[in-house]
Amino acid sequence: MKVLVCISNVPDTTTRIKFAEGNASIDTTGIQWVINPWDELSLTRALELKDDPGTGVKSVTIAHVGPASAEPTLRKALAIGADEAVRVNAESSDAYFVAAQIAEVIRKEQFDIILCGIESSDYNGSVVGGMISEFLGIPSVSAVSGLKIENGNAVINREIDGGKEVVTIPLPFVAIVQKGIAKEPRIASMRGIMLARTKPIRTFEPVSVEPLTQIISFEKPAPRSACKFVDAENPAQLIDLLMNEAKVI
Amino acid sequence: MSVLVYTENWDGKFKKLSYELVSYASGVAKMLNSSVTALSIGKVEEAELKRLGDYGAARILSVDNEILASLDNQTYANVIAEVAGKENASVIIISNNNTGKAVAPRLSVKLKAGVGSGVSRLPLSVNPFTLYKRTYSGNAFAHVIIKSDVKILTIAQNSFDLIETANNAAVEKINVSVDNSQVKTKVQNIQKQTGKILLTDADIVVSGGRGMKSPDNWSTLVELASALGGATACSRPVSDEGWRPHEEHTGQTGKIIAPNLYIAVGISGATQHLAGISSSKYIVAINTDKDAPIFESAQYGIVGDAMKVLPKLVSAVKEFKK
Repeated sequence: MKVLVCISNVPDTTTRIKFAEGNASIDTTGIQWVINPWDELSLTRALELKDDPGTGVKSVTIAHVGPASAEPTLRKALAIGADEAVRVNAESSDAYFVAAQIAEVIRKEQFDIILCGIESSDYNGSVVGGMISEFLGIPSVSAVSGLKIENGNAVINREIDGGKEVVTIPLPFVAIVQKGIAKEPRIASMRGIMLARTKPIRTFEPVSVEPLTQIISFEKPAPRSACKFVDAENPAQLIDLLMNEAKVI
Repeated sequence: MSVLVYTENWDGKFKKLSYELVSYASGVAKMLNSSVTALSIGKVEEAELKRLGDYGAARILSVDNEILASLDNQTYANVIAEVAGKENASVIIISNNNTGKAVAPRLSVKLKAGVGSGVSRLPLSVNPFTLYKRTYSGNAFAHVIIKSDVKILTIAQNSFDLIETANNAAVEKINVSVDNSQVKTKVQNIQKQTGKILLTDADIVVSGGRGMKSPDNWSTLVELASALGGATACSRPVSDEGWRPHEEHTGQTGKIIAPNLYIAVGISGATQHLAGISSSKYIVAINTDKDAPIFESAQYGIVGDAMKVLPKLVSAVKEFKK
């Protein structure tokens, strides 16, 4: 059984975002690039499945759509334990474009389990995983917080709006994962880092797809007014302010 | 041409979220000189369906089919696509909740319709169709053009006010082509959260961080939340330690919420935490460290020990509510 984990290359989550080109793009100077946090959890779960002989998972491949500058991030994922990487050599212009590229990789290489993070911490789109499944006409489950393989079937915990469910779906499928899928991200060992140097990163050229959306500019969130302090000895004043000034209670 | 809005129900009832979506759809329809068609899937009484008209739906379509009792996103996307085609919908509006995130991307590929997700304002323009959406986990907002003929928008919860524009809309029961063999997601077990306000629905949220010191100290925080009619939440270290359940974790990798009031107790305010709460209308911080970054995001603050402040707040709320 083969697992594919989709990887986004995103600015470190503590990055102070600055704009360039008259607010048309992000200023990438000095940004530390990391594996998207949910993708890191997906990768960890994929490796746990591979470690468990009962699951039948034999290999974990990572896939990324982006230029060669993303390769250090892909090496990190290989160092954590992925067997090989596929990079589609194109700018990730929008979710539809990216999903179409990944779907094409899956068509060529055939995977049984495809894992995607619930969103990327840069675009916050939450759509690539679902799009991949629709391009391929295979089932997908979203908001996945648990995934097991039992007798060749997937048993999935998912969050619904107002509760939790356990569902089963046939393979192949796309699981769109969130917190809970793995306890904490696996860290690369020294041996892993050494091994990653020689693991393959194969490059695919993109298929021709017209993006459906385009970012034209960015703006900063509206600034908040300065904090009004209330004396710790008299918290009732806070309740008064919330009732009569902010009018939120 | 119409604006189609999918209004989810919970055990046959709509929630504020459903009316927010219809209000938003009415706003878009006004910009397009178009009208709103609401689509409900599941068993909902006619009187409840008619309430969608109070927020501007001109037509209300109801699909009630046993096969659609639980969420299979492939089947749901098929149903919405079929209705969108019949209604000649140019814009489809869905919540950015778990259901919306499961359905919208499939619908997008099916209809070759661009998605704008997590939208928190009306479109900035309709020609070109330009959206305002959260990016970089709340550190930037993007203006995004959707270039396809059909557009799909998923709307961030609690980001759009209800607008009553009464329409005495008729309810039409419609049939769609679904069969059980299409349903691939088989539900084995459901655990519904009952008797509590859902964190994502809550107007008021009281949230605790490591500054609460021990899970045993949570009772006054819970008491404050219930006195205010709100929900409880927590920071990541607290859920990682197992002090509180994962569902309560708000922050970048947890829940993204936008309540009217967020009270952060003993939370220092790391970037990752702020990413989950920065859309809150008012933030109150209670922290012993006057230099904690949370105070930069808060409109009201108390520098003090939560264990001493919380009981006083509880009695003050009870006093004011009398």
